[in-house]
Amino acid sequence: MTKKRIEEMFAKLKETDDKAFIAYIMAGDGGLDTLPYKIKTLVDAGVDLIEIGIPFSDPAADGPVIQKAGIRALEENVSLRQILKKLREIKDDIKVPYVLMTYYNPVFHYGLREFTKDAEASGVSGVIVPDVPLEEEPELKNELDAADIAIIRLATLTTSDERLEHILDKAEGFIYAVTVNGVTGKRAGYSGEVFDNLKRIKSKSGVPVCAGFGITSAEAAKALGEHCDGVIVGSEIVEMFHRCEEEKIKNLIPKKHASHAK
Amino acid sequence: MIETYKYPGTDGKFGEFGGTYVAESLIATLEELKEAYKNAQEDPEFKREFDYLMKEYVGRENPLYYAERLTEKLGGAKIYLKREDLNHTGAHKINNAIGQGLLTKYMGKTKVIAETGAGQHGVATATIAALLGLECKVFMGAKDAARQELNVFRMELLGAEVITVDQGTATLKDAVNEAMRYWVQHMEDTHYVIGSVLGPHPFPQIVRDFQSIISKEAKAQILDKEGRLPDKVVACIGGGSNAMGMFYNFIEDKDVELIGVEAAGNGIDSDKVAAAINRGSVGIAHGAKMHMLQDDNGQLQGTHSISAGLDYPGIGPEHSFLFDTKRASYEYASDKEALKAFQELSRTEGIIPALESSHALAYVMKIAPELPEDEIIVVSLSGRGDKDVEMVKAELEAGKND
Repeated sequence: MTKKRIEEMFAKLKETDDKAFIAYIMAGDGGLDTLPYKIKTLVDAGVDLIEIGIPFSDPAADGPVIQKAGIRALEENVSLRQILKKLREIKDDIKVPYVLMTYYNPVFHYGLREFTKDAEASGVSGVIVPDVPLEEEPELKNELDAADIAIIRLATLTTSDERLEHILDKAEGFIYAVTVNGVTGKRAGYSGEVFDNLKRIKSKSGVPVCAGFGITSAEAAKALGEHCDGVIVGSEIVEMFHRCEEEKIKNLIPKKHASHAK
Repeated sequence: MIETYKYPGTDGKFGEFGGTYVAESLIATLEELKEAYKNAQEDPEFKREFDYLMKEYVGRENPLYYAERLTEKLGGAKIYLKREDLNHTGAHKINNAIGQGLLTKYMGKTKVIAETGAGQHGVATATIAALLGLECKVFMGAKDAARQELNVFRMELLGAEVITVDQGTATLKDAVNEAMRYWVQHMEDTHYVIGSVLGPHPFPQIVRDFQSIISKEAKAQILDKEGRLPDKVVACIGGGSNAMGMFYNFIEDKDVELIGVEAAGNGIDSDKVAAAINRGSVGIAHGAKMHMLQDDNGQLQGTHSISAGLDYPGIGPEHSFLFDTKRASYEYASDKEALKAFQELSRTEGIIPALESSHALAYVMKIAPELPEDEIIVVSLSGRGDKDVEMVKAELEAGKND
């Protein structure tokens, strides 16, 4: 399975000219026992891939919503180890590919080899580690390669063409295009510059490109989706779960040409 | 042993420590900073301006003072104090703030942000912002802001905006996170004046270089006074900027013992410490690989020290490297020992030291009596204690009531 599952998902969407909708949740927010329910809710709503956030004490790349969700999860004493264990129990029931979004230290402290082994056993297709840029990637990538788990790279509006080339070279899974200079969370809107940059990245990329950071409505998701292969929504979904308004999640997902809600 | 010391390498690392563990969004700005710093280092005009301000504004060079009464009282090694407390704004922090302030202008940016623990770096940054006409915001943990209320007012007086941070443990580490978050959204016109030898490359190098003036002076001064190098060089460690500045020009002098003193809070074996090397392990946070206090799941732990300036769970990556290669050793002093040293120096020398520096002094007071009279110890008196007087008063009164 592993990273091939991501490739298959995108290939299938391409057949019907549809875009991926990727949802982020904070594992352990509301207690780890809610994780299976949250995953099922997302899949039923029509989400194509799930990013499972790992709580961290010092989430420097996150805005207030995800910071608070992480603190709530840490207050429940939820750890990466427990999250992987829970995923292992329910992996056969999860009908879409899923990746972990985690800061590096919980993984580093786990031990890179042991983490890779456990992540593989838990059906994880990829990892996104926002504080590991290309320069620091090799030690982690070497381990993940052995288990065929994708390391999903980020590119931003300020990424130069020269650097972009390195990021896109041997990219796996998809490219996480950061649409704003900032942290996760709500934004007023997107400028033409964002679309141009998405197009720039898309035109050079051998793997699908998905846009994330600051998407809070189906309209924004649709508008961005037109310039890439999918969108990632985090804070808004985390907040909906927190407020017990998860029935609203499906309203964030643009209609697809082909329905593949499971 | 280190013969010629050339760190960090081009990868921004000190051995395995340091590096650039940051979001992709920051990479372009760090590249810009690296480039600007490289150019500034080669620019005689930049150096001239830095030297001018160090002399005329900070009041350097400051003395390497022979603490004769303290030495006599302890009855052992000769103790010299490097008087960073006499700098304008009262601590070593100004050295780095001026350097980075000039660098900000060099890059054509008009705004600075900073994080602060004790408030010293915040005050230093607010000061240079006023001096250089830069707009300034200082991020400070709510807990720190409460215990250093006067420093908050001082920063505001200097025209800075103080932003208190309630997230996480509401101390220095959370102020760092919040400053990072702000920076990534305002990189175009804003420079982040990191206050210690922490963060992603090139910050640990830049801060060290600007602080290295401490050991540059101290080395020349001790040679002048004693005709030889000291046996031991001692400095307190939070993030480790005064220690790195104090160590740097002695690193290649392998007979000089370098000793950092961490904050042992309620006691080195208690759960209330801020001693990253003595009690922590290697991890990655705030942009670099370093020793830090963390739990079994790799979450950074809350810290405690009587001194807000040492209350930080990590330690600069270069210290991790000096520890790993055994070039420096890392000792510790508790809140109580620091309090005692604080009073002792006040009474014997008429110098009220910062609580941070009091940790280094506490260690020196412990070892000096055991050492022969011809040994020489140089201690970094990194800051003055005026800011701590109220706190110490409360602690001593509470102690009496126990």
